[in-house]
Amino acid sequence: MAAEKRVVFKSSWLPWVLIAPQVVVIAVFFFWPAAQALLQSTQQSDAFGTSVEWVGLENFRNLWNDESYLASFKTTAIFSVLVATLGLTLSLLLAVFADRVVRGSGVYRTFLIWPYAVAPAVAGVLWLFMFAPSIGIVSYGIRQLGLSWDPLLNSTNAMSLIVMAAVWKQISYNFLFFLAGLQSIPKSLIEAAAMDGARPWRRFWTIQFPLLSPTTFFLLVINIVYAFFDTFAIVDAATKGGPGKDTAILVYKVYFDGFKAMDLGGSAAQSVVLMVIVVALTVVQFRFVEKKVNY
Amino acid sequence: MVERRPWLDFLSHAILVIGVLVVAFPVYITFVASTHTTQEVVQSPMPLLPGSHFVENYATALSGDRQGSGSHASVGRMMVVSLVTALVISIGKIAISLLSAFAIVYFRFPFRMAFFWAIFITLMLPVEVRIGPTYQVVADLGLLNSYAGLTIPLIASATATFLFRQFFLTVPDELVEAARVDGAGPMRFFKDILVPLSSTSMAALFVIQFIYGWNQYLWPLLVTTEENMYPVVIGIKQMISGGDAQTEWNIVMATAMLAMLPPALVVMLMQKWFVKGLVDTEK
Amino acid sequence: MASIELKNVIKRYGAGKGSNQVIHGVNAQIADGEFVVIVGPSGCGKSTLLRMVAGLEEISSGEICIGGRVVNRLEPSERDIAMVFQNYALYPHMTVFENMAYGLKIAKVPTAEIKARVDKAAKILELGAFLERTPRALSGGQRQRVAMGRAIVRQPQVFLFDEPLSNLDAKLRAQTRLEIQKLHRELGITSLFVTHDQVEAMTLAQRMIVMNGGVMEQFGTPEEVYTRPASTFVASFIGSPPMNLLKNAPDAAPGTITGVRPEHLDITPTGWALQVEAVEMLGAERLVYGRWAHSPTDELVIVRTEESHAVPALGSTLHVTPRAHRIHHFDAATGKRMEAP
Repeated sequence: MAAEKRVVFKSSWLPWVLIAPQVVVIAVFFFWPAAQALLQSTQQSDAFGTSVEWVGLENFRNLWNDESYLASFKTTAIFSVLVATLGLTLSLLLAVFADRVVRGSGVYRTFLIWPYAVAPAVAGVLWLFMFAPSIGIVSYGIRQLGLSWDPLLNSTNAMSLIVMAAVWKQISYNFLFFLAGLQSIPKSLIEAAAMDGARPWRRFWTIQFPLLSPTTFFLLVINIVYAFFDTFAIVDAATKGGPGKDTAILVYKVYFDGFKAMDLGGSAAQSVVLMVIVVALTVVQFRFVEKKVNY
Repeated sequence: MVERRPWLDFLSHAILVIGVLVVAFPVYITFVASTHTTQEVVQSPMPLLPGSHFVENYATALSGDRQGSGSHASVGRMMVVSLVTALVISIGKIAISLLSAFAIVYFRFPFRMAFFWAIFITLMLPVEVRIGPTYQVVADLGLLNSYAGLTIPLIASATATFLFRQFFLTVPDELVEAARVDGAGPMRFFKDILVPLSSTSMAALFVIQFIYGWNQYLWPLLVTTEENMYPVVIGIKQMISGGDAQTEWNIVMATAMLAMLPPALVVMLMQKWFVKGLVDTEK
Repeated sequence: MASIELKNVIKRYGAGKGSNQVIHGVNAQIADGEFVVIVGPSGCGKSTLLRMVAGLEEISSGEICIGGRVVNRLEPSERDIAMVFQNYALYPHMTVFENMAYGLKIAKVPTAEIKARVDKAAKILELGAFLERTPRALSGGQRQRVAMGRAIVRQPQVFLFDEPLSNLDAKLRAQTRLEIQKLHRELGITSLFVTHDQVEAMTLAQRMIVMNGGVMEQFGTPEEVYTRPASTFVASFIGSPPMNLLKNAPDAAPGTITGVRPEHLDITPTGWALQVEAVEMLGAERLVYGRWAHSPTDELVIVRTEESHAVPALGSTLHVTPRAHRIHHFDAATGKRMEAP
């Protein structure tokens, strides 16, 4: 696909008018705030917000030395790894079988994609309801099995709760992409392998999985970004970052520090760190996917 | 399939059905809970079959006429807020992106590429990353607790522009030339030819953006403090703030069902375009 | 008056040191109502030239006049032209009727008039049954006719065709060629037709411009181009099988190339001696490939013989004599035609 059009229109003023609305919106609501975040991350205001002093990279240094920030980093890392691996594995499983099924893949797809429509906040509430220590139906089931379950007190339980909610929501998205990826593998490759004597299990690992690698990589990045950001609502609804701060993922901490604890400088510094991470991930994804796709 | 392996086919169907059931389970529970009284729901275990209080519960939720703890906003009102927000975001985004993508692809002007990269960068940073200062800007502009404040900052990202740009690049050059020979100027070409051809992309984007707008949580949490401007997803959360014992879970679940309904409908009805749009967006 | 004049037309891409000139000063005068074909191999600049006449490419230097008006600065829609594109360029979401009517609608032609013109064009092109269909529901040949219909309804001064037959299969191509000829006889509109196929050029053109590497090598009738090619390029491009261009013909003056067409070499008892290397049987005719017997070189000489002749054996010696007045001489250095002394 051409990166440029050969044929263009000539006008000196029209393109400016066309592009103006978008430029205005992103200037006011994106670049200006982003610049502010950068600025604020190098400042510190006093308790009443009346004076501001330049502190250079001190906010960042503080973050580095702040136990709770590092803990949040660790929490987020664990959370995103769990969400990404579980989410991708389960969706891939479902996609592989949906691809196999000659009739009905459309029906299964319909039933598996609608969780995409569910708001993370709602998902959080649903999971909270099902797993609430005293009234949750699943908690009941767990206790019947003889295990204990209390996400309000047990960090591991709380983490499991938000991981499950997050994965449930992401299954549709991953499933769609995996299914599309599998369906785009030429059937002739599979048939050739079958004629060579490869059984389904082997065919999957030696042909389908490698050919899915661009999709897998892409989804990996997307899922990590999802785990970092879109899950705020799930955390807020299901555990509020608790017990204590054990499920406070980074974005939750930004919110909490900025809006509840009123530490603007620290919150801004955290925002900047997050920005850097996202940009890095996106760049990596673009570079890698662009290269891989051209074989 | 390549060879006949009936047991594998059976396994496939079995796994898929289990998958569907597991995915549907939470929603089933939600529905069941929304049809019982609070007492029935908070006992452990709660009943697994629907009850008889469907109409009652939903009416209560919609009107906001409740006794329990947490917020008392009428779900009906909140659904309206969510609907308006989602529609403004999706339609607004599509409109300005069509125009920007058109300008970037079909014209040459100074800083064109600079604008393109600037718009591209916005793809990378979701609103969650810049909440503090963006909130500040919105507050300074006096847009708190308004539809404008709820929607405009979320129109700022460029997914739609990117998608349209990719699509426009695949429109054959000859169509533009034929239009020029026919005497069509740029806006005529845009209106009569480019936009009709983009209808599939627009439909796909509409679904994605509508859901995005409807499901927004963090941002509305910050910019709305008045109950009558809460979107429904915030409303749900506020309802459970009284602690397990006092929360009217059955009403909460009814609200959850209502909250899930419009986006689910949009996805189901426009499934074809949605899938196509989602998969094509990233290519 | 819809004549076309090309005055020293030059096309350059880029500017300054990095610029690339692709059309080097084309001069031609095309009379009102003439059907002129611009023919040449891929990349010779024929489409670029056409698009400059259309207004889809800028003219770097020189002038183009249509109907006496200098059109360099005019938009395509202001030049009173209509174009038929290689890939038809039909608007996919509009019906056949709407496709044909679009240009007229923009020009604010009254609805009744639009309908009249579209119906008339549809009748000429036998598209009446398809007016409400979209391009997706049409075959390649039908789409091509819609593209032509779109051009006809504009009632322009000039028709421009950009390789319109290239995407059709052989049979359809022959059929559409006849239709285009018929159309030209009926409507008499000045036409510029671009193709890379010399058969199309020979059959359709009243005169043709043969282009190579951005240079107009010859501008003449099919007869002229065939019997008096202006250069070795034209000589080898027109005519199938191509003309023999021989450096080592007996009695040739040094520094010249002797040109003689395979069909103009008669098999005689004596004459130029060839060693037969291969024979291709093509049904009604045969092509015999031979090398010079007197001094074996790389040069391959092609001779066309009739069915009635005996098939020469491989390796045998064949004698051929070129027909009088059918020999051409070209300067070996420039490739240009040399007139017989």
